[in-house]
Amino acid sequence: MDAKTLYDTANYFLLKYFGLSLFKSVVLVAITLLHVAYTTYAERKIIGHMQQRIGPNRVGPRGLLQPIADVLKLITKEDLIPDCVDRPVFKIAPFISLVAGATSLAVIPIWQNFVIANVNTALLVILALSSLSSFGVILAGWASNSRYSFLGGLRASAQVISYEIAMALALVGVMMLAGSLNLVDIVNAQVHSPFKIYAIPQIIGFFVFMVAAIAETNRTPFDLPEAESELVAGYFVEYSGIRFALFYLAEYFGMIVMSMLAVTCFLGGWYGPFEIPGVPFFWFLLKLYFLIFFYIWVRATLPRYRYDQLMGLGWKILIPLALLNIVITGLIKVLA
Amino acid sequence: MAPTLEIIKKQQDEKEWDEPYFVNMGPQHPSTHGVLRLFLELEGETIRSCDPRIGYLHRGIEKLSEFRTYSQAMVLTDRLDYISSAANNVGFCLAVEKLMGLEVPRRAQIIRVIVCEMARICSHLLWLATHALDIGAMTVFLYCFRDREWLLDVFEMICGARLTVSYPRIGGVRLDFTDEIVDELYKFTEEFPNRIPEYETLIDVNRIWLKRTKGVGVVSPEEAVNLGLTGPSLRGSGVHYDLRRSAPYLIYDELDFEVAVEYEGDTYARYRVRMKEMREANKIIRQCLDKLAETKGEPVVAEDAPDLLMPFGKVKKPQAAPHPKKGYVVKGVEVPVVPEGEVYMATEVPKGELGFYIVSDGTGHPWRLRIRAPSFVHISAIPALAKGHMVADLVAVIGTLDIVLGECDR
Repeated sequence: MDAKTLYDTANYFLLKYFGLSLFKSVVLVAITLLHVAYTTYAERKIIGHMQQRIGPNRVGPRGLLQPIADVLKLITKEDLIPDCVDRPVFKIAPFISLVAGATSLAVIPIWQNFVIANVNTALLVILALSSLSSFGVILAGWASNSRYSFLGGLRASAQVISYEIAMALALVGVMMLAGSLNLVDIVNAQVHSPFKIYAIPQIIGFFVFMVAAIAETNRTPFDLPEAESELVAGYFVEYSGIRFALFYLAEYFGMIVMSMLAVTCFLGGWYGPFEIPGVPFFWFLLKLYFLIFFYIWVRATLPRYRYDQLMGLGWKILIPLALLNIVITGLIKVLA
Repeated sequence: MAPTLEIIKKQQDEKEWDEPYFVNMGPQHPSTHGVLRLFLELEGETIRSCDPRIGYLHRGIEKLSEFRTYSQAMVLTDRLDYISSAANNVGFCLAVEKLMGLEVPRRAQIIRVIVCEMARICSHLLWLATHALDIGAMTVFLYCFRDREWLLDVFEMICGARLTVSYPRIGGVRLDFTDEIVDELYKFTEEFPNRIPEYETLIDVNRIWLKRTKGVGVVSPEEAVNLGLTGPSLRGSGVHYDLRRSAPYLIYDELDFEVAVEYEGDTYARYRVRMKEMREANKIIRQCLDKLAETKGEPVVAEDAPDLLMPFGKVKKPQAAPHPKKGYVVKGVEVPVVPEGEVYMATEVPKGELGFYIVSDGTGHPWRLRIRAPSFVHISAIPALAKGHMVADLVAVIGTLDIVLGECDR
């Protein structure tokens, strides 16, 4: 029995008994959760080495069980809800963030045959969901009924709205080149384009996208909504225990989803210089890890922007750049 | 709607729009450097007014000193600016010595200059670390701590303590430098100038750092003097004022060093001043080490220095005095331990001008001790510097003034 038949048989049974999508979702979420856990570990380890210290090394060999210990600790902690918060909104806000972040995974193709929902408007779905994810942040800031949370929530809303535009405009170039919003089609179109990846013809778009993605996921140097030295912890200052962990999770989900999107739209998805037999998504993961490393590297190097400077960067530099990119792409498309 | 109601409604609306947003920053806030509490009135993110509240770390050092002998009170000065405790100790000892008219041996003076400058480097390193962390640059923080650790180890070699050293004593220093300490310090002074560019490459050419510090918290020279700023915060505004030069104490007048001055008066200028000062301090330590070799074997405590267990009150000495009728009588006469009088001695500590004002009534303990703490004055300058800036800049302003609450609250 060859692999194709096996796959088809498995597909048939899964469709019959579980529904393939459900199975794929569970696998994908489980793998991503594991990735999230070990991204936190990698972040602490890499930043540790960049800062000439060791990083976690107590729990398990080389501290490898640290993320699991962290999760256990956060789950067993008391979920404190302050008296004067808006209880329902306060309780539901972290879930909005997390669910919106995790749902984006559904439309991202990890491999040609591994995409849960191969929809034609995948890019739009992702953009919509990433906006929704910041909705949770804003709600958390508002419902906490605390000064710092409120400021953090305000910053988050302003920041995400401005950088959403830049990000969407940066992706327009990709859409124009690929002629599709379907991510599988974008990857395939990319591989058949002269440069194999869109990061080269779309270099401006790629740059704008990466900057906007960092801002979108509230990472340094754009971590204003949770600026520790100014707003203590920003929007989640009143959260504790598992709800705090959910926000944390949502941030890393966002980071991974944005990196996946960058891999898909600019770096050629699951295609690589040669095929690795048996592991079709090897190149996808490799590119993903590189981008996550990039995120961590940036965090170790750069200081934080100020609120008005962040807005200036978004509106005065990134959006005009993205618009320029669209014009250039259009010209190339017309001339070629 | 009736016109009056309309006016009331309008006023209410305006009032609603005009209502300030109060934020209580501190005393347990990650970037208020201890327990400073700031009462902020915000408009959006812009600071309309800022009202510092202090006293959360008050331990009554000034009052406590009145119930300690001078040697015991010296230990309390460790807890003023706990980051550069050696410099505080030296300042206090100099004040008491000035009161007693003590001449400190040359070797002790050189050693005191070395520990003062070591404390300066320690303090500036910690300042850079926390200032960078406030602005968001995490890596500089740990780089600085790595090098500060080295100096703390040297302090440990010198006197056994790392943070609250209590190393100098009235009339000299407690222990002499051994050869290992001198070797280690030579090694440090060789290596440290190579470490400073490491921090500078991380932040000096960083556009975000420049954007966050240039033009933030600008003070003109006149304003700086009026606000009472001293130390690097004053020199960042272009005022040439360094007590090591303008009122030299110890052996500073023999040393070749430059007073670091910058003219912009913003956060970045003050950062440059401190970076320069670290280089100069390194140079001073180097020169002092050479001078130390010349005085090898000389005493480090003055012969007439008071004992560490100095008496608390006045000492009664039996004295034969002629009696008008009986010829003579043996009578106890109170002899002052330190001369009566008052004295003010200011030294240039890393934060600015640290002054000790002592009133003595002749007993072994100060009748009144008053400390002029630079951090106290600098905190009162925060509202002037922060007004009109954003919350993020306030954090930079607190950082750039280099305040330590232990010194402010005393």
